[in-house]
Amino acid sequence: MSAAALGALPAPVIEPGFFAAEDVRVALVVGGVVAIASGTVGVFTVIRGQSFAGEALGDLNTTGGSAALLAGVGPLWGFFAAGVVAAAVMELIGVQRPRGRDLATGIVLGAGLGLAALLLYLVTTLHSTTGATVTILFGSVFTVASSTIPLVVLLAIAVLVIVATLYRPLLLSSVSAEMAAARGIHVRLLGAAYLLALALAVALAASTIGTILSTALLVGPAATALRLTRRPGVAIALAAAIGIAAMWLGELLAYDSFYWQAGGAWPVSFFVVTLIFLVYLLSGAPALVRRRRLLGS
Amino acid sequence: MFSGFMVNAWEVASIVAVVAGLVGFFVVLRGSAFVAHAVPNGSFAGAAAAILIGVNTLIGLGVFSLLGALGIGLLGRRGRHDVVTALALVMMLGLGSLFLSLSVEYAPEVESLLFGEVLGISSNQLAPTAALALVCVAAIALLYRPLLLSSVLPEVGEARGVRSFRMELCFLTVVALAATMTVPVVGTLLIFSLMTGAPAAARSLTDRPLVAIVLSVAIALIIVWSAIAASYTTDYPVGFFVGSISAGAYALGRGWAAWRGRRSSGGAISGPSFNDASTIVT
Repeated sequence: MSAAALGALPAPVIEPGFFAAEDVRVALVVGGVVAIASGTVGVFTVIRGQSFAGEALGDLNTTGGSAALLAGVGPLWGFFAAGVVAAAVMELIGVQRPRGRDLATGIVLGAGLGLAALLLYLVTTLHSTTGATVTILFGSVFTVASSTIPLVVLLAIAVLVIVATLYRPLLLSSVSAEMAAARGIHVRLLGAAYLLALALAVALAASTIGTILSTALLVGPAATALRLTRRPGVAIALAAAIGIAAMWLGELLAYDSFYWQAGGAWPVSFFVVTLIFLVYLLSGAPALVRRRRLLGS
Repeated sequence: MFSGFMVNAWEVASIVAVVAGLVGFFVVLRGSAFVAHAVPNGSFAGAAAAILIGVNTLIGLGVFSLLGALGIGLLGRRGRHDVVTALALVMMLGLGSLFLSLSVEYAPEVESLLFGEVLGISSNQLAPTAALALVCVAAIALLYRPLLLSSVLPEVGEARGVRSFRMELCFLTVVALAATMTVPVVGTLLIFSLMTGAPAAARSLTDRPLVAIVLSVAIALIIVWSAIAASYTTDYPVGFFVGSISAGAYALGRGWAAWRGRRSSGGAISGPSFNDASTIVT
């Protein structure tokens, strides 16, 4: 849904001050940029069947985030470092074989989360900040500082550049690793490069909008798009569009929800995730109807 | 270390390890590590909901892990399995964040649910944990042969009248049950490292399913016991030790398999074992 369409909606739909607030503008920009990067990488993630790796990298950002908090550096650096290290270890112990992939991802995730438990324990005992866990895990797009926008945009561009550079060989090796290898493509190197792009995209998303939304934006829009079209280029555009729409509508609803009751606003992640989930379910309907019709005739 | 409240910790953790090792064997066999991560992790939303409306946390965990597991099973019939698992997980976590935002005084409890609090286990947790464990073990014992067959050779299973989809739903229900009982002890984030690390290590030691199960339970017990002992002496969270010792066990298993493979050099490890057979058939 575009901004113009939103503006045309009746007044109660958009509560006063939505576009005027600085936080909201930053949230819209960051959310949109992250949705584009996640959707683009997500199409390959879904084709390659690596949703678990995406989710694991998101979770492992907790480790990086708490390490950064402990070391006193910006969380994004911790997120990024953890992502790269985790991606490298996953690659080393065998993400390339489809069967052992989930296991390799799971082992890395388990060890990393164990480390996160230790780091968070140290953070809370040394700095006595009790809310750290919740902040790191769930994030909030409305608390992103406007000064991080250039960095966010830069990282998103880096992700898009990696994907654009690798596009054709990556697509081929994602659909059929054997065929790619036969054409002289270094499948493993390509897989590692893709994993790096994935780690980057997830770190970007997790640090700004939280790990839940990072996985949701990575997998949901891309899976929906791939159900609707078989052409990868179209799927990428569609995934980015669905991601942006869900993100913006979710932010709008979360902002509005502040006025629904006295208790304060509902979280953005709840709305965005629900929207993405519903769109995914709906995208399965055409195929279902077609199948019913085939069976009926 | 073995007195007073610690007795509860040892008993409950041992029960948890037995179930994790047993259920985990099938998790690793079926390649469903993601489900074993998603179901307990998502069930945390259930705990948040239970606290919000003021019922027993165990009920919330149970309802949500069952809903999540069955949702994954049903949706996974049409969509891609990993996609559906990821979406079910984020949906549950999204609900969890909503429940969290609605209740006020919850933050410390989140942490203990995420990373487990084995040292804080009270004696009245013993009975429900043991009961759920019995159900899990009985279910696995009942399903053992058809589940093994449909995990390794789903098409042969289908031909013999073992419906893969039905087995999948049964398996997911068992995972949900195991998640419900283990989450309060080991935590949502680390139960699956027990469920994958121990059986994966066992699998690299033997190819025979029953031996692997016994080994898996034994390794899980060793992991949990040493994690509690380490946590008790150092005061660091038990989840850290569970996670790192599990990964260490897996690494040792892999190392052992590689060493044995090089010695026999017959490719006994890399050849089609009962796990890889399914890859060949499908």
